[in-house]
Amino acid sequence: MPFVPHTEDEVREMLATIGVGSVDDLFAEISADMRPKSFDIPEGLSEMEVLSKLEALAAKNATDSVSFLGAGFYDHYIPAAVDALTMRGEFYTAYTPYQPEASQGTLQAIFEYQTAVARLLGMDCANASVYDGGTALYEATMMAVRKTKRRKIVVSEALNPIYRVMLGSYTTNLDVDLVTIPHKDGQTDIEGLKAALDDSTAAVLVQNPNFFGSVNDLTELFAAAKAVKAVSIMSVYPVLQTLLKTPGEMGADIAVAEGQSLGLPLSFGGPYLGIMTCTKTMVRQMPGRIVGRTTDTNGRTGYVLTLQAREQHIRRQRATSNICSNQSLCALRALVHICALGEMGLKRVARVSMERAHICAERLTAIPGVEMLTKGSFGNEFAVTLPVNAFEAIDKLTERGYVPGFPLGRYFEGLENGLLVACTEKTSEEQIGIFAEMLRGALK
Amino acid sequence: MKTIFEQSVAGREGCWPCEGMAEEAYIPKDMLREGNIGLPSVSELDVVRHFTRLSQLNYSVDSNFYPLGSCTMKYNPKFTEVAAGLPGFTRLHPVLPQLRGAGGLCQGALEVMYEIERLLCEITGMAAYTMHPMAGAHGELTGVMLMAAYHRDKGNKKTKVIVPDSAHGTNPASAAIAGFEIVSVESKDGIVDPAALEKVLDDEVAGMMMTCPNTLGLFEKNLPEVVRMLRKVDALLYYDGANLNAIMGKMRVGDVGFDIVHWNVHKTLATPHGGGGPGSGPVGVSERLVDYLPVSRVRKREDGQFFLDYDFPKSIGYVAPFYGNFGVYLKAYAYILRLGGAGLTRASENAVLAANYMRKRLSSHFEVPYNRTCMHEFVISATPQAHKGVHALDFAKGLLDRGYHAPTIYFPLIVPEALMIEPTETENKETLDKFCDDLIELAELVDTNPEALTSAPVNLPVTRLDETKAARSMELTDDL
Repeated sequence: MPFVPHTEDEVREMLATIGVGSVDDLFAEISADMRPKSFDIPEGLSEMEVLSKLEALAAKNATDSVSFLGAGFYDHYIPAAVDALTMRGEFYTAYTPYQPEASQGTLQAIFEYQTAVARLLGMDCANASVYDGGTALYEATMMAVRKTKRRKIVVSEALNPIYRVMLGSYTTNLDVDLVTIPHKDGQTDIEGLKAALDDSTAAVLVQNPNFFGSVNDLTELFAAAKAVKAVSIMSVYPVLQTLLKTPGEMGADIAVAEGQSLGLPLSFGGPYLGIMTCTKTMVRQMPGRIVGRTTDTNGRTGYVLTLQAREQHIRRQRATSNICSNQSLCALRALVHICALGEMGLKRVARVSMERAHICAERLTAIPGVEMLTKGSFGNEFAVTLPVNAFEAIDKLTERGYVPGFPLGRYFEGLENGLLVACTEKTSEEQIGIFAEMLRGALK
Repeated sequence: MKTIFEQSVAGREGCWPCEGMAEEAYIPKDMLREGNIGLPSVSELDVVRHFTRLSQLNYSVDSNFYPLGSCTMKYNPKFTEVAAGLPGFTRLHPVLPQLRGAGGLCQGALEVMYEIERLLCEITGMAAYTMHPMAGAHGELTGVMLMAAYHRDKGNKKTKVIVPDSAHGTNPASAAIAGFEIVSVESKDGIVDPAALEKVLDDEVAGMMMTCPNTLGLFEKNLPEVVRMLRKVDALLYYDGANLNAIMGKMRVGDVGFDIVHWNVHKTLATPHGGGGPGSGPVGVSERLVDYLPVSRVRKREDGQFFLDYDFPKSIGYVAPFYGNFGVYLKAYAYILRLGGAGLTRASENAVLAANYMRKRLSSHFEVPYNRTCMHEFVISATPQAHKGVHALDFAKGLLDRGYHAPTIYFPLIVPEALMIEPTETENKETLDKFCDDLIELAELVDTNPEALTSAPVNLPVTRLDETKAARSMELTDDL
């Protein structure tokens, strides 16, 4: 039987030590009326058979398509060192570092991760990560509610719609009011957001670049939030954060991000990485694991899980959050990815991705009837309006191996002709050319 | 060890995935960040050495016995990594199926989701599953949200959730975060006492969260009565699947009357924990909760094609951006396929055998507060030793010095000086024996050389760390 090492003799010896006649005797407390009504699970397969089955399933997925899909989740190149190092069993098969002396590797890596993401977002501190970017945004919102003891949340509609629906689900049973300020033709409505702020506002939630790819300066909005003592929360795309003015520079109190683009494969939606950073004044409201630096009895530097008094195993129902794990291995991947690329490498990825997107936008808008929807500056993603329903164009191109982007009509009424297009450093100029020609043909 | 930031040298080149450096920034100057970020500039070899050395400072299942009670650190078979690493899965963009007709581009992934849900239903006797929750505690929150949706839909006024005193801290935290008031119920002889439950049970109770076997490693044999009592007030019964690995093939929570169950796939289905995550926390429900499950749900058409269905008007909505931690439960799927039904049952049997064997061996030297047949884990107490100045913490550190990860300590809260031990089914008898021998030897040191314990560990990269100082000084990054 796979993975169980005991021989029959050993089982007999163990039963004799326990003082029972059979393994069944150990389950005697499960009475007959509690036994399974059925347990119809197929017979086990060999390792080779399992892998063949999964290879066959994997082959049913069209991963050889050329894709311009982004919508918050991007296909960046991952250096081979990321897999090689993070797959080491000592990292991979360790548990949460409850015994710090035996877990300095994981703890120091988390400390370095906290440092790296705090610097990237220009904030004071970070936690050891949460499940994903959407969870990070929701947890940030709850931090603001606790801190201000207010219930009104002002949300920009130009924030990733997937995160907005998550926020709605999580707050259904809570005494929280979500006030959504509509986007203006794909722009974050900064004036509208400012107008919605008042002294009952707990937080204002914005994204930069916004869902449509548009880049903004939110300094004024955050100043207005500060004036009414509301918390400013900003969601960012970490790769572009190497170039863009940071949440810290704009005056955000909490900054969050989906960390997938830092060394994690797309993997059909997970596992991903929720990056959470904040100012020092907010740190005790932050959920989840946090690592701190300290010293041992000999004065040597070491690392421990710290500020645990906020957590469920101590505070139970009064904890800041129910989250009791983090995405340690994903955070490690992000850290190794950042280190392997280095400061310049990461900036280079951001700039090249941005350049490709601008080339792509130029090629697409040269097609009659295709117009830019995203106004002003954008990074590696932008939206265009097509002369037809975007789904129609997507259908035609996917048939030919090109996935042209995300149909905005899926989440935004009135934008049925809108297509959101993303490029990364993996997108070649040749692919952009073919895409443009295909689209031109499809629209004829 | 120096941090990677301390090793940085300005201008040193790392691994650049692409050539060329676009000069034009496309963004107005006043929207760009200024100066250096402070990320490391190191060579690829610097990175490889640094993280290899860091890894060597860790205990892990691949290198050490990890009898961490309630955490279930069993061996993680290596072939599951190969499965999850297949490019046909890792390269799939999660919004692909949302493009009309594009379910066709990811039939294999949808089939995996469909099949694993069916397997989990059969193992636990539930009507349907959502794979979306991204960790066990996230599954708990999803479960309690389902509870709330059920009562809201029926027009029930329910404000309270009952949680036994032996429960994980996440149980009350999850229920509170979903908006419920928490009512604790005391155990008797280590299990839930129907008489105590009677006292707190009324029409305002939305449900009860139970772990069975519970955190003392004991089977809750009053379950049928508990179920009957809760049904009377239309309260739902939630099963915390943290200890599901003890009962596979022996009991199905759906058959017994539970309405909601979550898994911790890293515990029961051997997906690696990665030093704290990622996890995956699928949630199963009984027939009466199916309508409230999160969207999307994977379905199969008559022609055999799979698609995602979002049309569930009573759904609690999105709890995750997509379909949960696909890469993690893909490993769990491979593991179930490998073991099959008999293998899963055998895993539970051997986990329980190993735990009882160790309990028996250790009972000569430690207090065992509930010294009767246990399930996959058991709790010993160092109370007698504590009277002599050696505490559970000291035993933990003494074990670290001998190359074992320590058991869970000071939990469950209802046992003083608790050491909670869980051997799992994958450790061989030599390891179990050696661990017992070593722990007994430590117990004997209490009378002869207690300092050897109170000053432990001495063989690790650091000695005991000052946690109070860490909380006070708050050095949370290299800068702060």
